[in-house]
Amino acid sequence: MQAVKIKEGFYWVGAIDWKVRNFHGYSTTRGTTYNSYLLLDEKIVLFDTVKHGFEEELLTRIATVIEPTKIDYLVVNHIEPDHAGAFLKVVSEIKPEKIFITRNGRLGLIEHFHVKDLPFEEVKTGTEVKLGTRSIQFIETPMIHWPDSMMSYIPEEKILVSQDAFGAHYATSFRFDDEVDFCELLQETRKYYANIVYPYSPQVAKLLQTVKQKGLKIELICPDHGVVLRKHVETILRYYEKWSSYTCDPVMLIIYDTMWKSTEKMAYAVMEGGMQEGIEVKLRNLTVADPTELMAEVLESRGLVLGSPTLNNGLLPTVSGFLTYMKGLRPRFKVGAAFGSYGWSGESLKILNQYLQEIQAEIVHEGIRCKYAPTPEVLAGCQELGRMVAKRIKETCSG
Amino acid sequence: MKKYKCNVCGYVYDPEAGDPSQGIPAGTPFESLPDSWTCPVCGASKEDFSPED
Repeated sequence: MQAVKIKEGFYWVGAIDWKVRNFHGYSTTRGTTYNSYLLLDEKIVLFDTVKHGFEEELLTRIATVIEPTKIDYLVVNHIEPDHAGAFLKVVSEIKPEKIFITRNGRLGLIEHFHVKDLPFEEVKTGTEVKLGTRSIQFIETPMIHWPDSMMSYIPEEKILVSQDAFGAHYATSFRFDDEVDFCELLQETRKYYANIVYPYSPQVAKLLQTVKQKGLKIELICPDHGVVLRKHVETILRYYEKWSSYTCDPVMLIIYDTMWKSTEKMAYAVMEGGMQEGIEVKLRNLTVADPTELMAEVLESRGLVLGSPTLNNGLLPTVSGFLTYMKGLRPRFKVGAAFGSYGWSGESLKILNQYLQEIQAEIVHEGIRCKYAPTPEVLAGCQELGRMVAKRIKETCSG
Repeated sequence: MKKYKCNVCGYVYDPEAGDPSQGIPAGTPFESLPDSWTCPVCGASKEDFSPED
């Protein structure tokens, strides 16, 4: 296991997790990497560590460049256990002179590991550390995506070590964006934003604004997961601008599940209506849809139509589970409506509409519920609902 | 006195408790917090808070 040279004096020394498929519920269908970077100057710096269990991989890679004990500074950009799980082991091996971290990061690490007597040095936005010919400027990025999060910018090299932002769960033997299939990379970057960063879109928008105002020159983005961006820096920044401004495509996403096919028939009728308006419609049944992949579609679709039958005065568990997850990721500026069948009480429509209200969606139709099995009239109504949502999608996406 | 919730991270400012981490004494209403006060959890500004129902 070797270190990979990213630039003269700057190396990737992280770990590749080929096998992980469930990352606290996030389906990492392509595995992931835990990236650490090593900067050699008069002072030697390690940026972030790896997940617990990958310590040896990290230390082995470092040792192919320098003796790990020669590292002077450890930068902890983010304290989540996939980057700081190896923190204690690495600190005990390298015995750094200083550990640069935000205040929230220091407090968080103490709460994780219950150790206080380490050489922490708190940094803030604007703190600069000289290393010799190069320096590090720290940028606090609270809630992108934890309170402790920060980024490290190396102005002399135009490198942004961006912790989780701009990253992707993507295991590959290559380290650069131009060595992998860009469509795969974009899929995983989109999925990552939708499932991790989405709730903090306003903070991302502010950060992008700051980067522009400061005129920060960025040649390399080195995130904590996935590959280093060198060819597609501008493209990925543009996608982050799109996602953080809640810009959507004219797509109607129908998310539903069904017990005895009545709600499914309604879903197909809604789809029919949407297709008649000529926009793209995606039909997603929650028994078979992967919630992580589905969130990537929620991110970019203007229209969100929800369907569930009533089960025991509530929703089907697949639907309530997904909507609970989705609500926490705070989609905004959606156009929506809901539908569902029932046997006797019929609460599902009301609950689905509540979810739409909670994500501040514009509800363009009061919704349709139908007892037992839909009649042709009910299905015609569902088609009309689909057409109404599609028309509104077109209106809101045209400007 | 009303409690206020941070829209970013969910922290709740309770005027009864104040915010000792930033020297805000117990009994300080949200409205009287200085404009420079930020969420002690995530650093969001005062305008990112909403009154709790």
